[in-house]
Amino acid sequence: MTEQGVGASLLRKEDDRLLRGRGQFVGDIRLAGMKDVAFVRSPLAHAKVGEIRIPDSCRGQVFTAADLEGVKPIVAVSGLAGFKVSEQPILAFEKVRQVGELIAMCVGDTRAKAEDVAACVEVDLDELPAVHDMIKAREAASALVHEHWGDNVFLETFVDVGIEAAFDAPIKVSREISTARQSMAPMEGRGTVAYWDSRMEQLVLYTGSQMPHIVRTGLAECLGLDHAQIRIISPDVGGGFGYKGILLPEDVCLGWLAMRCGHPLRWIEDRREHLTAGANCREHHYRITAYADRDGKLRGIDCEATVDSGAYSSYPFSACLEAAQVASILPGPYDFPAYRCRTWSVATNKCPILPYRGVARTGVCYALELILDAVAREAGLEPHEVRLKNLVKPEQMPFDNITKKHFDSGDYPEALERALAAMDLKAIRERQKHPEPDGRLIGIGHSIYCEQAAHGTSVYSGWGIPMVPGHEQATARVTPDGGLELRVGVHSHGQSMETTLAQVAHEILGIDIAKIKLVHGDTEYTPYSTGSWGSRCAVMAGGAVATASREIAGLAKRIGAHLLQADPNDVEVAHGKVVGPTGSVTFEEIAHTWYLRPQDLPMSVDPRGLESTIGFKPVRDSGTFSYAAHVALVAVDPEIGDIEILDYVIVEDGGKLINPMVVDGQIYGGLAQGIGTALYEEMNFDASGQPLASTFADYLLPGPTEVPAPRVDHMETLSPYTEFGVKGIGEGGAIAPPAAIGNAVNDALRPYGAELLRSPMTPRRVLEAICAASKEKSAEAEREEAA
Amino acid sequence: MKPVNFDYARPADVGAALALLADDSLSVKLMAGGQSLGPMLNMRLVQPDLLVDITGIEELKRVEDRANEIVLGACITHADIEDLRVPDVTCGALPSVARGIAYRAVRNRGTMGGSLTHADPSADWLSILSTLGAKVTLRGRSGGRTIPVEDYMLGALEADLRPGEMLVSITVPKLSRSARWGYYKSCRKTGEFAHAIGAFLVDPDRGVSRAVIGATESRPIVIAEATHLVGDGKAERLDLAFDSHAAGAAIEAAGMADPIDRQTHVVALRRAIERAHTA
Ligand SMILES: Cc1cc2nc3c(=O)[nH]c(=O)nc-3n(C[C@H](O)[C@H](O)[C@H](O)COP(=O)(O)OP(=O)(O)OC[C@H]3O[C@@H](n4cnc5c(N)ncnc54)[C@H](O)[C@@H]3O)c2cc1C
Repeated sequence: MTEQGVGASLLRKEDDRLLRGRGQFVGDIRLAGMKDVAFVRSPLAHAKVGEIRIPDSCRGQVFTAADLEGVKPIVAVSGLAGFKVSEQPILAFEKVRQVGELIAMCVGDTRAKAEDVAACVEVDLDELPAVHDMIKAREAASALVHEHWGDNVFLETFVDVGIEAAFDAPIKVSREISTARQSMAPMEGRGTVAYWDSRMEQLVLYTGSQMPHIVRTGLAECLGLDHAQIRIISPDVGGGFGYKGILLPEDVCLGWLAMRCGHPLRWIEDRREHLTAGANCREHHYRITAYADRDGKLRGIDCEATVDSGAYSSYPFSACLEAAQVASILPGPYDFPAYRCRTWSVATNKCPILPYRGVARTGVCYALELILDAVAREAGLEPHEVRLKNLVKPEQMPFDNITKKHFDSGDYPEALERALAAMDLKAIRERQKHPEPDGRLIGIGHSIYCEQAAHGTSVYSGWGIPMVPGHEQATARVTPDGGLELRVGVHSHGQSMETTLAQVAHEILGIDIAKIKLVHGDTEYTPYSTGSWGSRCAVMAGGAVATASREIAGLAKRIGAHLLQADPNDVEVAHGKVVGPTGSVTFEEIAHTWYLRPQDLPMSVDPRGLESTIGFKPVRDSGTFSYAAHVALVAVDPEIGDIEILDYVIVEDGGKLINPMVVDGQIYGGLAQGIGTALYEEMNFDASGQPLASTFADYLLPGPTEVPAPRVDHMETLSPYTEFGVKGIGEGGAIAPPAAIGNAVNDALRPYGAELLRSPMTPRRVLEAICAASKEKSAEAEREEAA
Repeated sequence: MKPVNFDYARPADVGAALALLADDSLSVKLMAGGQSLGPMLNMRLVQPDLLVDITGIEELKRVEDRANEIVLGACITHADIEDLRVPDVTCGALPSVARGIAYRAVRNRGTMGGSLTHADPSADWLSILSTLGAKVTLRGRSGGRTIPVEDYMLGALEADLRPGEMLVSITVPKLSRSARWGYYKSCRKTGEFAHAIGAFLVDPDRGVSRAVIGATESRPIVIAEATHLVGDGKAERLDLAFDSHAAGAAIEAAGMADPIDRQTHVVALRRAIERAHTA
């Protein structure tokens, strides 16, 4: 490891501007003549749209579906058999299917004036019964979100790997486990600025996006434009988490109007739009049964999982990304012989469900890890004993699990044992025997997961989503002064890629980090890419940058060797120089020669010069499997229901860490979000499909005082398939906390026999669980007395 | 979320503010710290023609220290109390409660008068000031009136403010040296509004024994004669006297139907008593 290369905890290059408030986000962009857009949105979850009345004073400032001639709805089709297609209108016609759905686009000199215009528009809505409960939505009597489907199911999937063999297991534990709907909350909401560039004959659209190229593809489809007619610029992005991977109807609206109106347009999502109409995610429901032997060895898992997919299949990930994944990832890091899982992606009159950091895994981990603790309680074992009985062992690696996931490498039991050792389980069990002075109850809980990341063509082609990643490309180009420019199609929304990808190039070329510049976030300047998602950037873009850098090394060596009068086979690249047997020449000299003094080079010089665009795929594209064990120590107040996290330990293995400090940052952020899922965040709807939180006063997020400083320990088991052995870790932090905290809470509540099986674990749910358990106990006592 | 277009005035005295309020042809809204009104303006829940900013009125920042009470101008901020820029006559009760309101940025601007008038059932001042037996003074063009804090709140987000009136001051009685008080706020995270508040005051020298259960759906439940709950204040340990059934019954009688809410509020009151503070 060099001071700046792979493995160095380098301070972030991007922080100089970001921490000084000099970043440039969509909301910072000012263009001459720019006008603001506000939308008329549906106040109802499900209704027929009648007449839309626009007062004469607002003519020319209001646009409805009738104006959008030739514009296609947003369609994200999954190729999985039986998937039912939804069409998400750009502006509503005939019907609205969620609160917040766009009905009309209104333009004003300022946002306030645009809102004034919106307030003048009258819409006749004829309310229909709303579908708000995903379980009831599957019943025959339910109202229908998309009438022509005949039911409300986007997709049903089923796998059965010999589940009957488990039925005679001595332990059978069944639970109903669920996670609330959430609204992911990046600090920066969505926003779009659009204008028509008449010189380039191009629609230029600024939007904070994780995947600018995919936005371009989707937008081209909706607007009927050539790709070359669209340029997407994603400037600094203030957090994405999945929400900024989505093509929104708002983007299409602004693009359409910007092509016609002769001035730039801007829409900046406000927090109410964000919470009520946009960023919904996570709502899962499980009926899960675990079969086990008395020693804790799992015999099988049987599950029915339902995901509330909301009204539309959003582009590009589709409405079944979550549920369909549940079936394949539910077995987690465990090895057991029998498995059955049925899943439903259900349409309701809510916002489309979007992929959120840890996509599907957070719910899966919560369900599986809670049921394993229930097995432990049933078997009279410590929860970790049950896990150690079932975790895939290091000597089994690489391992193909029951759903044919190929675990590349790792030592799962070691991670769990290290994490528990850091917490001193024995001492805590001892402490639990005595009442706490403050009357609270102490509980310890853990969870462990493995996360498939950076999986590629072979995996996604089977899913049939509209975007299957292939080779990830990068361009590396030496500048005339010996600096290095890297161009990638992924985009940073907080991942620190300006630093980490520079470290990768530095590792190979030795060029000083300060002279390596990452260009990303602009379709005009970067190679096509499906973008930043699926914890793929370090592996895929990192691999591409490494490959391109090696190409550059080869090209530079030949020029360098010529300048050194040496054989190209006798020189090597080190410390930003080409070093030969008798001397060295810097990249600056090599670049200067290639660009400005070609007379010093022979005719036979490689005409590719000092630039390379090249693609990368790992040796196997079935994905890397990073993993982590989380252990939480909590105190539960049984009178008020408050839960406090007293201590938190994470032992994580992300293979080779390009920048350990950045990885820690990813883990901290993920943990904060996981704590949100566990304890605070909940987007409730009433029976008419109205969202009940429209500000952060109603939608609680953890703040700095609610997130403990975790103790993080790293293992570094290399992936055999990737550059440097790197694994994807971007989402992991958010996967395990609800399960670890949930198990800790249930451990604390053991004296009451109470169990919480739904996140977030609010004070009310704690008290209700205690109440239910004590009722159950007295009913039992009565039954015994009667007998 | 941007407010409607409105005019703005910043009068220098109460008389000028009242004159502006008197214009019936306009919808006029007073603004103090703007911490509650700001979001309501942005969400267009309030759409005034004229916004009257009262933070430039010197009288509303004034403190008058009388023999048995202190009079606080309506625009005294939470931070003024927290930082003791205003003398404390409550054995630490007001500064201590101030510290638990929202976040410092909100406390810097938010005012006592604004908080009481906004009448959010979860607001801290409402509960502690009714516990202390404080009064508010309202003034209109035709004169003034003074009423107990708990009567000023009519219901959730509704204060007893007549057309043309404004709140000018809050009068807080001075506690005697033997007084003991307690306050417990249950909320899910730092700086959050409460989902249950318990508060009490016993001041044997003044013959006061009061308990308040706050953060209900509506007005705080004020038990003005609370000796059956908290004693007369002469016993060493007040919590021994606490009768949780009586507290639960009082809460139920006030209309709180949900048993878990009731439990939480009873516990909040008991914890307030367990944490009794003395001068
Ligand atoms: C994030 C956040 C967290 C918060 N947490 C808490 C908390 O934990 N506990 C708590 O108690 N409060 C909390 N608050 C509310 C805060 O205390 C507000 O400051 C307070 O409710 C309103 O005071 P203000 O001076 O800002 O009033 P404004 O917002 O200016 O006005 C509120 C209302 O009162 C009227 N008004 C103001 N002054 C007068 C007057 N003198 N006469 C007549 N009418 C008047 C206004 O017209 C308006 O209707 C929180 C606020 C925020 C933003």
